Amino acid sequence: MTAAEPTCEQRTVEDLELIAKDCRREIVRMVKRANAGHPGGSLSVIDLLVGLYGNTLRVTTENPTHPDRDRVILSKGHASPAMYSALHAFGFIEEADLHTYRVFNGVCQGHVDSKWTPGVDFSGGSLGMGLSFGLGIALSGKMDEKNHFTWVILGDGECQEGEIWEAAMATIHHKVENLTVIVDVNGIQNDDFVDQQMVMGDLAAKWAAFGWKIKEIDGHDMAEICAAINWSKEAVGPCVIMARTTKGKGVSFMENNPSFHGKAPNDEEFEQAMEELA
Amino acid sequence: MTLAASRDGYGAALLELADDDRIVVLEADLGKSTKSCLFRAEYPNRTFSMGIAEQNMMLVAAGMASTGKIPFASTFAIFTERGFEQVRNGIARPNLKVHLCGSHGGIHTGTDGSSAQSIEDLAIYRTLPNMTVMHPCDDLSTKALTKALVEHANPSYTRTARNKTKRIYSEVQAESLEIGKFSIIREGEDVAILACGVMVSEAIDAADKLASEGVKATVVDVHTIKPFDHESMTSLAIKCGAIVSAEDHSIIGGLGGAVAESLAANHPTPLEQVGVQDVFGMSGQPDELMEHFGLTMSDIVDAAHKAVARRTT
Ligand SMILES: Cc1ncc(C[n+]2csc(CCOP(=O)(O)OP(=O)(O)O)c2C)c(N)n1
Repeated sequence: MTAAEPTCEQRTVEDLELIAKDCRREIVRMVKRANAGHPGGSLSVIDLLVGLYGNTLRVTTENPTHPDRDRVILSKGHASPAMYSALHAFGFIEEADLHTYRVFNGVCQGHVDSKWTPGVDFSGGSLGMGLSFGLGIALSGKMDEKNHFTWVILGDGECQEGEIWEAAMATIHHKVENLTVIVDVNGIQNDDFVDQQMVMGDLAAKWAAFGWKIKEIDGHDMAEICAAINWSKEAVGPCVIMARTTKGKGVSFMENNPSFHGKAPNDEEFEQAMEELA
Repeated sequence: MTLAASRDGYGAALLELADDDRIVVLEADLGKSTKSCLFRAEYPNRTFSMGIAEQNMMLVAAGMASTGKIPFASTFAIFTERGFEQVRNGIARPNLKVHLCGSHGGIHTGTDGSSAQSIEDLAIYRTLPNMTVMHPCDDLSTKALTKALVEHANPSYTRTARNKTKRIYSEVQAESLEIGKFSIIREGEDVAILACGVMVSEAIDAADKLASEGVKATVVDVHTIKPFDHESMTSLAIKCGAIVSAEDHSIIGGLGGAVAESLAANHPTPLEQVGVQDVFGMSGQPDELMEHFGLTMSDIVDAAHKAVARRTT
């Protein structure tokens, strides 16, 4: 027997903004303690995650594996510090768990991992896989006439993987509507700016050509984020929210700087980051 | 003692090969990690960014090889596996001389955790006809063996490691290594320890420890897992009568697998395998993980004692 359907405890936009700010500090602290990890893409995606957990996602800390829960699939699983900080902010894991990020035998593994962390539904780390996984969940929900919803968060660099487009096609083919993709369009990937690594042209138009409904938003504007999430739940047809973001958002020297994709700040930089995020 | 990471040897080799204008380099948004970035910096016109799209990279490299180029393509070991079937059907089957390098192999990779720690690459690439599979133990041997690939008749996969370990060879010693031939680092007649990659320096330390306990060990750097040096394997089996394999890789199908197959076919001999016991890794510092997963000098020493105790000759 399963408990009543999970619900979402909705917060105000102002509350969410404060939560996101706390999360930003935790992200930088985690990466600093581990002296490794991915601050840039965590700081770009955190507002989106906080918006999802605090505005829409029906999943509870009492039963994070409830079969009827909504899911958020962080396909860009290297942004795990963002996920962990959000899971902490919404009560799924303890503050002490944040100290285990990248630590031997720790709850918070280097990349999001459903085997290790309560509240994590997808084991990431290899890019390009999350949309297919989300599609599987959505198709099961459809088959079983459940009303759970799945959000899949992709990186823009990640959209270079062929599997993304295989899944994009299959989502339309199978007329799946209980799933939304959010692309964290921060314009940077691992080695360099996206346009240096692989010119992607009009990414929104590509999704549209595959049959998806598109909304473009400022991925750091909490009111816009919440509105887009709600729009995508109501809209008919699978939706893509193209969230324009800044990699490293909130820490001046990390902002739009490819070298902070996968690097921890040094002591001085850490102090400065903490001041800027105060 | 110099510490070095074998992946640096890959980047250094590409640079030394660059005068040959058939050399082309492909990367999949991990050039800074695999060290192909060193070549990119000097020869941007012969360096091709394929984006985060490993499958595509494999066949683009194959196409280039079909026109006479010598492509070197790299990403993390684990992400080469995304394109495994492309390698199988697009590179190995037509025997196109594409040289793959998978960096950050093994548990030793550390805090990135299990998604990044390939413990199966040597096994899967070894199953492909035509494919040469290497896993050198330090930067200088990686450099020398990578350079030797230019004259090699087959496609190849080379695993390199992310983190620094003890340098084993001098530049001159490294240049004398031959693809497909065991490199015997030290001789002893009681047990032979066959190691690859980061386990070679552990094996040397283990041999020191064993010597102090009265056991004389041969240590072999098996930088080439395939083609496997059956001839040397058989002579070592005859000479020592007890074998240990040591690899930062699953005990299934990698170096230990190759050793077991060779011994079973040519000279059945007790074998103890040091390697990852059919489990996935996790985050942690390399040293902690090596200890947890049983990949240290003392694990090799224990295995050597067991193998010696099982000796029948
Ligand atoms: C299949 C695969 N190839 C390569 C990598 C290595 N990698 C980790 S993050 C990254 C860049 C990701 O860029 P993007 O998707 O834009 O993420 P963001 O900028 O938001 O961090 C790469 C290439 C990987 N994790 N998975």
